[in-house]
Amino acid sequence: MKRGLKLYGHYISITVRSMMQYKVSFLLTAVGQFLVSFNVFLGIFFLFQRFSNVKGFSYSEVLLCFSIMLLEFSLAEMYARGFDMFPNLVRRGEFDRIMVRPRSPILQVLGSRFELTRIGRMLQAVVMFVYGISVSGVNWTFGKVMTVVFMLIGGSALFTGLFLIYASLSFFTLEGLEFMNVFTDGAREYGKYPVNVYGKRMLQFCTFIVPYALVQYYPLLYLLGRVDSPAYIFIPLLAVLFLVPCYGLWRFGVRHYQSAGS
Amino acid sequence: MRAVKKYTSFFRLRFSMGLQYRAAALAGVVTQFAWGFMEIMVFRAFYEADASAFPMTFSATVSYVWLQQAFLAFFMAWMMENEIFDAIVNGDVAYELCRPVDIYWMWFSRSAANRLSRAVLRCFPILIVAGFLPAAYRMEAPAGAAEFFLFLLTLVLGLLVTVAFCMLIYVLAFYTVSAQGLRILFVSCVEFLSGAVIPLPFFPDRMRMVMELLPFASMQNVPLRVYSGDLMGAALWRAAGLQLFWLAALTLAGKLLCRRAVKRVAVQGG
Repeated sequence: MKRGLKLYGHYISITVRSMMQYKVSFLLTAVGQFLVSFNVFLGIFFLFQRFSNVKGFSYSEVLLCFSIMLLEFSLAEMYARGFDMFPNLVRRGEFDRIMVRPRSPILQVLGSRFELTRIGRMLQAVVMFVYGISVSGVNWTFGKVMTVVFMLIGGSALFTGLFLIYASLSFFTLEGLEFMNVFTDGAREYGKYPVNVYGKRMLQFCTFIVPYALVQYYPLLYLLGRVDSPAYIFIPLLAVLFLVPCYGLWRFGVRHYQSAGS
Repeated sequence: MRAVKKYTSFFRLRFSMGLQYRAAALAGVVTQFAWGFMEIMVFRAFYEADASAFPMTFSATVSYVWLQQAFLAFFMAWMMENEIFDAIVNGDVAYELCRPVDIYWMWFSRSAANRLSRAVLRCFPILIVAGFLPAAYRMEAPAGAAEFFLFLLTLVLGLLVTVAFCMLIYVLAFYTVSAQGLRILFVSCVEFLSGAVIPLPFFPDRMRMVMELLPFASMQNVPLRVYSGDLMGAALWRAAGLQLFWLAALTLAGKLLCRRAVKRVAVQGG
């Protein structure tokens, strides 16, 4: 485990150094990333200039929801977006090389690409998070602070699981993986509003199938003081369990891996 | 006449090439559907919250969303060709310059064909299914025959304005080493100002008046609102006139910059 982390750190330092060879490019891309996700915020802002609430959630409440979701996603993206490039590794048959090395394949895939350019989004997420927290008007207690911490843990685990599914599917097909974006980028994009805005059926889907609501809607109710039961504090941690089937799928995929043969 | 034929063949070539990617198109269609549904659900929640503050009729908004998804490939600024950027950055552009064609119009016709072929594969399944959805999500028929005709006309104009704008970004890549950064910066501006994030009528009035004059409003904003009759009368003619104006202005600017860039282009040997 310790050696694994050391190796991962080494991988990252290589990527960072290679990226820093193109400083201007890095800077502009980071600024661009910042602006792209800033658009989402502007969309919310201007809609709320016109409307006072949506499904009973005010601007500041939606903002809190949006900023936490964005941070959950950005955290996962920082270390797990390496899976994004995985279909290319499979296509070129490079996964063979990874398999013969005496280290965990997941570690090597994650290390193969550390998304430093996403730092723009991360930065934006942090800014939004600070802003969202400060205008939220939440009465902070120890329980509520812990709820936010658990939301970040559970949420980034959930998105990591989704990235892992994306990578695992490329063992079986390399076509049409674009659809998985609905669950990752789409969830970030539409997770800006509490899930119940999308109706009851969507809430059920997001509770039992892909548990977004566990890291967003339910703990949010607790933060906003709409429910009092302290059980809500721990709900986000349940989302970590989502990693179990994802990892299972990955293992299944690895076992069925057939090289590109080139 | 023969000059034009060169560019139409570039167009045809790209167009039929684009039509080959059918599996990708299917995945795209499914993705776009999910996206459209979510978007409509958001608008519906806001509509339920306060119908009087809604600046368009609800069915016009639904049509806007479905058309936006169906013609995504027409208007999304980020769908640019990496090939062109790569050619500029790695110097392959030198080969292109050797050809007896105008590089501006060659890239222009290629980009237009690319967008058209992507949209042709995607738009029909989306539009047909969207027309048969339950009432709350259904895309209504166009407001009338005249509106439909004007929709098609402004749709083509909108596509051309978008391509002309993207051409400007390609050409600017000659002047900088970091095309990616430039691109992502411009793209995020286009997204916001063209009504891709939220339709322009949803912006506060004063801001909207300025935004409607910008070239970005001449992209998807016009056709998508003409279809449902949300944009009509004098405002429609003004918007269509602006589309023509921006098409001319952007093309001219792109063409001039391109000529200057090509004159001083320095390609590293290797």
